[in-house]
Amino acid sequence: MAHVIELKNVSMAFAVGGGIFGAKKFAKAVDNVNIHIDERQTLALVGESGCGKTTTGKIVAGLLKPTEGEVLYHGKNIWKMHRKEFNEYRKAVQIIHQDPYASLNPMLTIYKSLSAPLFKHKIVSTKEEAIDHVSKLLEMVGLTPPEDFIFKYPHQLSGGQRQRVVIARAISLNPKIIVADEPVSMIDVSMRLQILHLMKDLQQKLGVGYLFITHDLATGRYFASDGYTAVMYLGSIVEFGPTNKVILDPQHPYTKALLSAIPEPDPEKTRKKKVMKLRSLDVPSLLNVPSGCKFHPRCPFFIEGKCDKTPPGRYYLEKDRWVACYLYGDGGASESR
Amino acid sequence: MAVKTAVKEKEKERRAIITVRNLSVEYRTHRGIVKAVRNVSFDVYEGEILFLVGESGSGKSTLGFALMNLVPSPGYIKEGEIIYHLDGQDIELRKLPLEEQRLFRWKQVAMVFQSALNALNPVLRIWDQLYDTIQAHDPNITREEAYKKIKYLLSMVRLDADRVLKSYPHELSGGMRQRVMIAMALLLDPKILILDEPTTALDILTQKNIIELLKKIKRELGLTMIFITHDLSLAAELADRVAVMYAGKILELSDVYTIFYNPKHPYTYALIKTIPKLTSIDEELYPIPGSPPDMINLPPGCKFHPRCPYAKEICIEKEPEFEQAGPNHYVACHRWRELKFER
Repeated sequence: MAHVIELKNVSMAFAVGGGIFGAKKFAKAVDNVNIHIDERQTLALVGESGCGKTTTGKIVAGLLKPTEGEVLYHGKNIWKMHRKEFNEYRKAVQIIHQDPYASLNPMLTIYKSLSAPLFKHKIVSTKEEAIDHVSKLLEMVGLTPPEDFIFKYPHQLSGGQRQRVVIARAISLNPKIIVADEPVSMIDVSMRLQILHLMKDLQQKLGVGYLFITHDLATGRYFASDGYTAVMYLGSIVEFGPTNKVILDPQHPYTKALLSAIPEPDPEKTRKKKVMKLRSLDVPSLLNVPSGCKFHPRCPFFIEGKCDKTPPGRYYLEKDRWVACYLYGDGGASESR
Repeated sequence: MAVKTAVKEKEKERRAIITVRNLSVEYRTHRGIVKAVRNVSFDVYEGEILFLVGESGSGKSTLGFALMNLVPSPGYIKEGEIIYHLDGQDIELRKLPLEEQRLFRWKQVAMVFQSALNALNPVLRIWDQLYDTIQAHDPNITREEAYKKIKYLLSMVRLDADRVLKSYPHELSGGMRQRVMIAMALLLDPKILILDEPTTALDILTQKNIIELLKKIKRELGLTMIFITHDLSLAAELADRVAVMYAGKILELSDVYTIFYNPKHPYTYALIKTIPKLTSIDEELYPIPGSPPDMINLPPGCKFHPRCPYAKEICIEKEPEFEQAGPNHYVACHRWRELKFER
């Protein structure tokens, strides 16, 4: 059966600079990415800032049209759909942005923000119905009693409460997939776990699948502990597998380096960690991406004449667990690019 | 997990380099007065790395600015004392004439901010900014002397001086700019360095590099550092002592091992139990209910009581004193004697 969402060999290049005289350059923010997400599943997409994870999320949500490759919704290319089908897809795949302060219109009450899509998609037709429906949504995201919140403006709520409103809006059209782009990184530490638990509860109740995008590997590990994790570097996924295997037994040198450098909230443990030494600390610019494996200028296991020539394919360690690195073999030709 | 109750280092004579007593800082806003720092007292010891850890609005950055007497308008220090003990003198920065205050900053205490891109002048080459800074405080210094010093500091932060000095800030990566800022802060041999979220905008590998660098600076120069962050993991990695702040107060202050393995304040414990761990995957996490308080409309009594599972009558009635709970351990909780937290 076709996946709910599948990205097939998806790339996204942005034109940069140019001006009147200069030649245009292209930055490949996403390079040949293949992922899929199904209902009830969680896929964590982790990587550092600028690695292309947000762009990937926007492509999944249909907010960006990739320059190469296909985005399939139940096996159908969304960019070749008729308007009606496309609207169905749009309803089914919702996005939660990082900044709960910027993603709600400050001029609108919570009621206005949440009821607009309900009216648009003809889920409700009268104000009474809308108030009723919005109240139910607020209850579902733990903003109780709803009458305390429904006619408030965003600035009257805390960051955590705003993110709950954003989540209420995301679930209001019964989506199948929610793209959650750093949903807790701008929320105070003491409220993050509430939001993560809320999202997990909603997954249980509604059966949504999540694409959970984060730079915080510990949070990604926690949220996707029963799902999968994909590690992204300079636009490419370098390692994929069941979350706990990727985090506890990383295989790609980049994943290893990253995990070795993350401080942990335990003084004895974190002070014993040995950080992996890299050949260079500088992250290459997307305008000047290294040839071959993009990590090769920094990788301590660099094999000259191999890693800098052609990008490695996927090497499968087991079913659903692969790494794109020559240390593990040349990768299956059919699986590679 | 072995629980460390005693301080790891030998209890040597600790000398306070800064004493802060009954410090209150407020901001006047159109909604009312924000009591950002409320009657805070603590010492900073010579040669230590003290972490101020808290969420947004806890007052940690305001406290950092207050130490420099640089609280941004419309904020002001309402009352209290900040006394520096330097070169055998007790100096109250706020009482010095403005020109002397300016000299005192950089020369005695320097600050590194979160956003290095905004802190550097975009139209000046790095050399000009560093040279100007040295010259402003030491007008007699020759170009050669200045160059020697700058080159030494840049090599200390592992930057290639010849490349970096010719560059404009935008030509450097975020990590390089942050390292330039640290070198710049060290330019006049300050005794104290205040760092406000210096690694927040950086990627993980660069952050690690900056942390190692700070360890090295502490080792080689014996600087006193005050590190302000919301990230408990950084404190675990780098701190000697940790002050946990909430709603304008320090709720708990102790050495890093006690804070993590033997906390006495329910907020400290709750905070540790709410952060996802990278590798301890079986550890159960607990959410903290509610939200941090509105700083204009603070609850009565202990400011954490609306979120505290151990709150009793007295916690609503009276704000607890910041009292000594052990050697080098201070806590502001009515119930610290009865509560036991296991890790």
